[in-house]
Amino acid sequence: MITYTKPPHPREYRLIFKNVDREGWDASIDCYQRDGGYAELQKAIAMQPKDITEEVKKSGLRGRGGAGFPTGMKWTFIPPANTKPVYLICNCDESEPGTFKDRYIVHQDPHQLLEGMVISAFAVGAHIAYIYVREEFPHAALILEHAIEEARARNFIGNNVLGSGFNLEIYVHRGAGAYICGEETGLIESLEGKRPYPRIKPPYFPAALGLYMCPTIVNNVESLCHVKHIIRMGGDAYAKLGVPRNTGTRILCVSGDVKNPGYFEIEVGKLTMRELLYDLCGGPKDGREFKAVIPGGSSAKILRCEESYTLKNVDGSSRQLAFWDIPLDFDTIAACGSMAGSGGVIVMDDTRKMSWVLNNLNTFYAHESCGQCTPCREGSTWMKKISDRLVAGDATAADLDTLEAIAYQIDGKTVCAFGEASSWPVEAIVAKFRDELLADLKGG
Amino acid sequence: MSHSILDESIASHETPGTQHFRPFAVTPDLQAEAAERISHYPSNKRSATLPLLHIVQQRFGYISAAAIDWVAASLELEPIKVLEVVTFYPGFRQAAPGKYHIRVCRTLSCAMGGSHELMERLCELTGIDRSQCDPHHHPIAVSPCGNFSIEFAECLASCGSAPVCMVNDDFHEGVGADKAGALLKSYAP
Ligand SMILES: Cc1cc2nc3c(=O)[nH]c(=O)nc-3n(C[C@H](O)[C@H](O)[C@H](O)COP(=O)(O)O)c2cc1C
Ligand code: SF4
Ligand code: FES
Repeated sequence: MITYTKPPHPREYRLIFKNVDREGWDASIDCYQRDGGYAELQKAIAMQPKDITEEVKKSGLRGRGGAGFPTGMKWTFIPPANTKPVYLICNCDESEPGTFKDRYIVHQDPHQLLEGMVISAFAVGAHIAYIYVREEFPHAALILEHAIEEARARNFIGNNVLGSGFNLEIYVHRGAGAYICGEETGLIESLEGKRPYPRIKPPYFPAALGLYMCPTIVNNVESLCHVKHIIRMGGDAYAKLGVPRNTGTRILCVSGDVKNPGYFEIEVGKLTMRELLYDLCGGPKDGREFKAVIPGGSSAKILRCEESYTLKNVDGSSRQLAFWDIPLDFDTIAACGSMAGSGGVIVMDDTRKMSWVLNNLNTFYAHESCGQCTPCREGSTWMKKISDRLVAGDATAADLDTLEAIAYQIDGKTVCAFGEASSWPVEAIVAKFRDELLADLKGG
Repeated sequence: MSHSILDESIASHETPGTQHFRPFAVTPDLQAEAAERISHYPSNKRSATLPLLHIVQQRFGYISAAAIDWVAASLELEPIKVLEVVTFYPGFRQAAPGKYHIRVCRTLSCAMGGSHELMERLCELTGIDRSQCDPHHHPIAVSPCGNFSIEFAECLASCGSAPVCMVNDDFHEGVGADKAGALLKSYAP
């Protein structure tokens, strides 16, 4: 694995990635403990579980897996009168195109994740936790299993953790190359040994009816790591990082047409798009200009670099915001019509044709649809066929209208959010680059 | 064996890679490894379906009808419950790959970085004709000598170091088409 030898950029704030690519750092428990590792577990295990949840709520932490849902609130959705076993699942499927942060955590700092998981399992009352690791991370699976053995040998995992009376086993479960296993209910079906057909919500919210129909908390790798830091800092202090309602740090993964792609951990909302792409990523490649950016993984709607947005202020008045001035937080990116999603920022410059970009994405979604619902299964393949024609210069104007119509017939009409994931890129590219696509048409 | 479902003709076929793998056989250490995995799922054995299939593929290169039968019997499932999993997941194979199986990332950031050119170059150098592979299911194409096989994979979660590929369990980053020859040499048979 490439380790980026470049030091963190001065505008970064390294919390989760503090040890990633750090000189002298390795994945062993000794190294982790020399750095103060597992001290937060010692602290948390002496607390009341509900007080840990309270700190996580106060921290304002929002899930880093895609939806940005408040983590502490999710934990409280376990039915209070529950008598069934509770499970914790770490989502390490990392398969949203453009996203490559969890990979570094699990390869280089596995104990940070385990410590976050033990604290979280204790808070939600889980005695078995699974780490669902995508199949394409074979080394990570071994590293995590080794780390689990190390942690068990020191009684951070196993029976009677640190003498507290709390029992916890953590197991690694490997996927088999299907993107839909990142969707939490698809993941759960996969963990039950089935095809990963997502379940419909309601009623199958995992916190109530998850693994084996028991309450199950599913959180992303990065989210679970944050829990450890929330315990260290206290929820209130953690909430001072970032901006209100968009707290803490998050790892942005930049790929595509920039001089210096890579990962950058920043305080949420403290940097703008311009600062990210010019200061941290070094601007466009020589002789090129930035054209468009997908801000939160391939499912997020594309933004054009010359766009501006009309946003509502709290007092009801409105203001204009240029693309370059978008602060990198959850709420503003959503207000601009896209989403912060998984933090995968994919950049395209003026050498890229949008029909080609669209076709690449359509091919991905056509391949990855689980096939369970008709609009998604048929629609994703149909959209790919049309964009195949677009790229070949064989499409007609009617095809563009059909493409748009199919997208809107998928969006909001399927079992899981894959429907939106596959239709949003089409909706946005067709709406925002219609002229360019029209020029690509047959005889155009 | 319930051959109505696990008809050999759909479940697996010979490839030039078959020579590199032992035929499926149940041995005590296979059973021990399976039992250990099954113990990770105390409330539901069926959860061990993927782990057992991984064990099989790791040892035997691909998942044969006999292997599906064994997984099903080990977990007290109908063989169809295992076959449907094998056919769904792109990570499971029903035919032998080459000694070295290459997965090239097809998705956006890698495609912008030149992964399709990398795929073409790798095919040229290994004599693989992807147009000849079975379009059904998740096609992999094997070189005539059986040493290499190749397929496109979707985003391998390393988009910042595009284009990327995997060779068996090893990960390779920043592999432009110009590096294809050196990459293959490092896996010389
Ligand atoms: C199609 C689809 C793919 C997803 N892929 C992932 C993924 O690879 N990793 C992940 O953590 N969450 C993924 N999610 C989000 C999960 O469903 C879930 O919301 C998340 O794991 C919850 O964790 P968080 O609250 O910590 O973000 C995906 C969602 C959808 C709809
Ligand atoms: S929306 Fe697509 S991926 Fe989700 S359940 Fe339906 S067919 Fe499957
Ligand atoms: S697009 Fe190739 S690793 Fe993500």
